[in-house]
Amino acid sequence: MKQKGIEINDQVSWQKITLAGAVYGGGTAKQFFTGDWRSMKPVMVWDKCKQCLLCAPVCPDSSIPVEAGKRLDFDYDHCKGCGVCVQVCPFDAIAFEKEEK
Amino acid sequence: MGKKDRLSGNEAIALAMKAMNLDVVAAFPITPSTEIPQYFSQYVANGETEALFIPVESEHSAMSACIGAQAAGARSSTATSSCGLALMYEMLHVGASLRLPITMACVTRALTGPINIHNDHGDAMGARDTGWIQLYAENAQEAYDNYIMAVRVAEDKQVLTPVMACQDGFITSHAVENIELLSDEEISEFVGLYEPAEYLLNEEEKVAMGPYDAPVYLMEHKRQQAEGMLQALPVIEKIAEEFGKLSGRYYGLIEEYRTEDADRILVVLGSTAGTAKQVVKDLRAKGEKVGLVKIRSYRPFPAAAVAKAIKNAKVVAVMDKAEGMSGIGGPLFGDVCVAMNGLGGPQLIDYMYGLGGRDVRPEHIEAVYRDLAAAQAGKDSEEQLIKEAGAYYRYLALREE
Repeated sequence: MKQKGIEINDQVSWQKITLAGAVYGGGTAKQFFTGDWRSMKPVMVWDKCKQCLLCAPVCPDSSIPVEAGKRLDFDYDHCKGCGVCVQVCPFDAIAFEKEEK
Repeated sequence: MGKKDRLSGNEAIALAMKAMNLDVVAAFPITPSTEIPQYFSQYVANGETEALFIPVESEHSAMSACIGAQAAGARSSTATSSCGLALMYEMLHVGASLRLPITMACVTRALTGPINIHNDHGDAMGARDTGWIQLYAENAQEAYDNYIMAVRVAEDKQVLTPVMACQDGFITSHAVENIELLSDEEISEFVGLYEPAEYLLNEEEKVAMGPYDAPVYLMEHKRQQAEGMLQALPVIEKIAEEFGKLSGRYYGLIEEYRTEDADRILVVLGSTAGTAKQVVKDLRAKGEKVGLVKIRSYRPFPAAAVAKAIKNAKVVAVMDKAEGMSGIGGPLFGDVCVAMNGLGGPQLIDYMYGLGGRDVRPEHIEAVYRDLAAAQAGKDSEEQLIKEAGAYYRYLALREE
């Protein structure tokens, strides 16, 4: 993520990193790819999906984008693989697979 | 010229607190620091300060409230002692690592157990590695002066580190002494207003503080924090210089008393320095080459200044008012040893003394100087008052079979 013109990543020095790790501005969580943590991965089985949209609101990390009344594919940059959507889906339209990286 | 008065160390601190343009004071009563929030809450009730006083339910909450207030953009302070400071332990680290320039009047007292309400440095020494700057006072005047300077040191842009202004419980917190006070206007002008570069209630620039720090970042933040502590050394001196011009009272990182040409030197923190100065004066009158080093800034530890002051002595007594239970002497002893690392210099002997309010009299200090003379002559401890736990780790005025 960029903070006051400085890229905060595993290369940033102690002199340049923000004081005490302060984060400036709003909506910065988007810049953190929390999907890196995932060990299990939800995968859409599109021909079973009825677009009932029960999955989208239960996602704790807004990783199920909805547009024009229809859900889109997962935002894998941020999905942590918690599997709540898998449990909620009444149509087995979300498979849960081991993450291979 | 200041106003002369006679006050206890606690009342003097509370008077300073009133004029330091504080926004929030959060504190919980504990002996011997109780009087500070007690007096302060009266000033608040009387409308003598606009600060908010938060009577919290514990010291953990007191420090948490100070952290929240300071992060929001308010200048905050607290006072505590002993178990109260211990209960703050977790939050002391949080405040320091968030680089919040909070101040604290720490009135030192033995840490339970066995339970004891009297003075030693067991409490403050337990907080010596929390990332707080620690200044120690010899008397009520210094407690007052250090506490006022603490705000400026903490808020300095190169430092941004909280400061604990320590004084000895009862000995200086309750004893009424002659003191010279600054006017409220002088204090207010000296400390100025709190102007943080960033704060949570700043509508212009949003900021989140204290996010989770992954393994790839924490070391860099610790190094950054350590830099604040290192930068504090020159800043403490710079602020003291400025304070000297205002008050006529000048302070350094350490105070040397008759150390020029001294063979035997005592290194000490806090009120014992006053007693020891009188002993040095008396022994010097008899032609004995003795001296004293009082540490004012304990964190950061002024290693170079200490080494310079003691390196030409033959034997040095390090006076520890806290049993660190390290098996190799007290905390101050360890720090002095580090300061002398690789420099050769004098033989160093640690003296555990004054624990739990045990009286420290001139004859005790004199016994240490005599013991140093024996050590200098290559003899074991000859002094009745000195009990050897080891060649370099001894107890002063301990009853023993």
